[in-house]
Amino acid sequence: MRRTILSIVAAAAVFSLSAPAKAQEKTLTVYTYESFISDWGPGPKVKEAFEKSCTCKLNFVGVADGVALLTRLKLEGKGTGADIALGLDTNLISEAKATGLFEPHGLDASAAKVPGNYSDDTFIPYDYGHFAVVYDTQAMTNPPKSLKELVEGDPAQKIVIEDPRTSTPGLGLLLWVKSVYGDKAPEAWAKLRRRVLTVTPGWSEAYGLFTKGEVPMVFSYTTSPAYHMVEEKTDRYQAASFSEGHYIQIEVAGLLKGAKDKDLAKQFLKFMVSPAFQDVIPTTNWMMPAAKTSEPLPDAFGKLVQPAETFLMGSDEVAKNRQAWIDEWLTAMSMN
Amino acid sequence: MLTRAERRRGTGWGLLSLIGIALFVGMAVAALLSWDAGSTQNRLFTAYTWRILRFTLWQAALSTLLSVVFALPVALALARRPSFPGRIWIIRLMALPMGLPVLIGALGLIGIWGRQGVMNSLLLKLGLEQPVSIYGLSGILIAHVFFNLPLAARLLLAALERLPAEYWQLSSSLGMKPFSVFRFIEWPAARRVIPGITGLIFMLCATSFTLVLMLGGGPAATTLEVAIYQSLRFDFDPPRAIALSLLQIGITALILIAISPLPAPDDAVVTAGRATRRFDGRNLPARLWDALVILLATTFLILPLASIVGAGVQANLWGLVNSAAFLRAAWTSFTIAFSAGLLAVLTSLAMIAGREAIADMKRPGGTARAFSVSLGGMSSLVLLVPPVVLGTGWFLMLRPFGDVARYAPALVAIINMLMALPFVMRVLSPAVELHRKRTGRLAASLGLSGFSRLRKIDLPVLAKPLLTALSFAMALSLGDLGAVALFGSSELTTLPWLVYSRLSSYRTNDADGLAFILGIICLGLTMIGTAGQREEKHG
Repeated sequence: MRRTILSIVAAAAVFSLSAPAKAQEKTLTVYTYESFISDWGPGPKVKEAFEKSCTCKLNFVGVADGVALLTRLKLEGKGTGADIALGLDTNLISEAKATGLFEPHGLDASAAKVPGNYSDDTFIPYDYGHFAVVYDTQAMTNPPKSLKELVEGDPAQKIVIEDPRTSTPGLGLLLWVKSVYGDKAPEAWAKLRRRVLTVTPGWSEAYGLFTKGEVPMVFSYTTSPAYHMVEEKTDRYQAASFSEGHYIQIEVAGLLKGAKDKDLAKQFLKFMVSPAFQDVIPTTNWMMPAAKTSEPLPDAFGKLVQPAETFLMGSDEVAKNRQAWIDEWLTAMSMN
Repeated sequence: MLTRAERRRGTGWGLLSLIGIALFVGMAVAALLSWDAGSTQNRLFTAYTWRILRFTLWQAALSTLLSVVFALPVALALARRPSFPGRIWIIRLMALPMGLPVLIGALGLIGIWGRQGVMNSLLLKLGLEQPVSIYGLSGILIAHVFFNLPLAARLLLAALERLPAEYWQLSSSLGMKPFSVFRFIEWPAARRVIPGITGLIFMLCATSFTLVLMLGGGPAATTLEVAIYQSLRFDFDPPRAIALSLLQIGITALILIAISPLPAPDDAVVTAGRATRRFDGRNLPARLWDALVILLATTFLILPLASIVGAGVQANLWGLVNSAAFLRAAWTSFTIAFSAGLLAVLTSLAMIAGREAIADMKRPGGTARAFSVSLGGMSSLVLLVPPVVLGTGWFLMLRPFGDVARYAPALVAIINMLMALPFVMRVLSPAVELHRKRTGRLAASLGLSGFSRLRKIDLPVLAKPLLTALSFAMALSLGDLGAVALFGSSELTTLPWLVYSRLSSYRTNDADGLAFILGIICLGLTMIGTAGQREEKHG
């Protein structure tokens, strides 16, 4: 009996391995992060819209986050199955280029306009968001109006932040403080430390603590309140506008050298900065669109904080100094 | 008392499982090391490494000590009160924390112990102004005790329940005082399992990741596991990750060897195996004490769970259960958990057979003894190999053979199996050993062996520990996120992955609901694991 079952399993395995790929229309494989392709993410709508225009099949592969996406590409190397990588952020670009897996897109990407006028010959932005301190209006009436006020404010009013060693928002805060304070960053962290309730491994843990009411402030995005206003019809959670300006996170996509059908891949990149794609972004990815949408954004987006100044460090500079700055942060945060 | 063929077969099975595990781990490490990443950019043993190593060991030692010390009175009380109201549910409840994704458990704990939690509201009513913050070492310890005290209590309880009924009859007819009962009966039984339990919990706490970061209050609270994760996921520096893993395994192994220098004396005796009845502890103070201990432990456990339930029932549960995403994830989770559980039980049986064969030798040589020790060691230390190392290594290995997504479920199941192995071994190994002692000679004299022995003698007795072990392993695998997160492709979505994915797209309500459902499923599993206990109580 056991032998029969084994041989059936073996036969099935052999069959499934040797079954030839169905001859069919072209396929495009896009590697991205998981929340992009979840039921409520942009993925399903983007897929539908693109497949209408291309007579092809759009295939998403989702990994945990942007960092995991880059790691996955490094692991797969030249033999990667990806045609497009969508979901790296500007901090990762230098490292991504160093892999030698990407090639310049050669497209006119002027449709994509993001604050700070970021542009690149290899990566095209598809959305962006400014980092911000989001606070609970029911627990806090006097939110900080600047990074300085956050750093020097009442230690009894706590904030939860993410760890720059394990998460991209955590790295964002590190770079923001560095942009504003420069060499004085360690002193700023030593002060801010008194207000930090705890440092979580990722955004989800931090935001979970915040929405459970454990802490009145969390490090997140200016766009976070839009979710609560649109989906939960509440303006309880608001982002604090900082007078120095806000650090930006820009999400980009790039074309891989090994793409099977480059024309199709480029067609997708063009589609990405067209209204059909951009319309989907705000209320699914909860980020700001990087190019024109066909209709104005929902009202909630008009109520969001509009940073007066945008900070963005060059990707090379970040890659070069990240470890030293993280060490600096560790020392300042671990002091007693 | 084995025939030569049985001995040979046992050694074979043991060897096979040992080689299998060594290959699985070794190949992953080899693949990672052979990956050309350039030399590591960071110096390995900096002051930072030593600092987190010290913290890792310190918090793990404290957590383990507290878990075991508090678990002992709980297990003693539960063993003394076989008809305590709701006893079986208390025991089932004890398996729950293990099956919960760590993040969910942590949020539940914060609902009770956090700044806005129940405890602080009570303190506030008593006139304390500032909320008492648990973030820091105290938070880590509370969380580790919450997750591990139940585990220790269950394993201790199992050891106490294995004590033969004759002991209690004898102690009662000798008129032994409670302290003598403890000293001559309960403590020797507990002492045999405590080194194993301590080692297990120490390893779990030493490799803790999310809890330590979330409740630690800052980067001063960092474990080696965080550094390993960082160097592989964020910096992609395999040599550093491997070196840190080796450091973690090496140091912990030394500590484990230090705490269990000698094999515990084995004095299990052949008994009639009749149902246990306790005659001691019938006076009022003893009853009150036991009730107090059980109630305190249950409250400590149930409050965070209640806070998870409280959040969960506010979600649209019916809608969640009916969604295609949930059904798919539930099926994937179940398949993986069942395969992992079954594999873990089979591998454990093979390892136990191997050790039994060695123990049965008249004069085992050095090689045989080393083999037996490595079987024991391997089944424990495998818990220290970070899943992120295994996952990444195997990804590299399988990459040339096509889409890794195809192999991912099997890999996740195997990684989960390895994680569950130490638990399963601790449930099964004492039960099987005792059973063999009781029935070995009889079976040999009846000439029963192989399948008929399995069916007529082994299964009826071992069914209960086997089920317990299976449900343990399945609950562990159900709650695990680590292994899946590595491959995380859209085709492979498990329930904890779904919980995280909902959280990361702001859907906190859905996540709460899913966590609640996951808890219910785990409770169901533990009901399977404790099935049959009720009948025995009345037997």
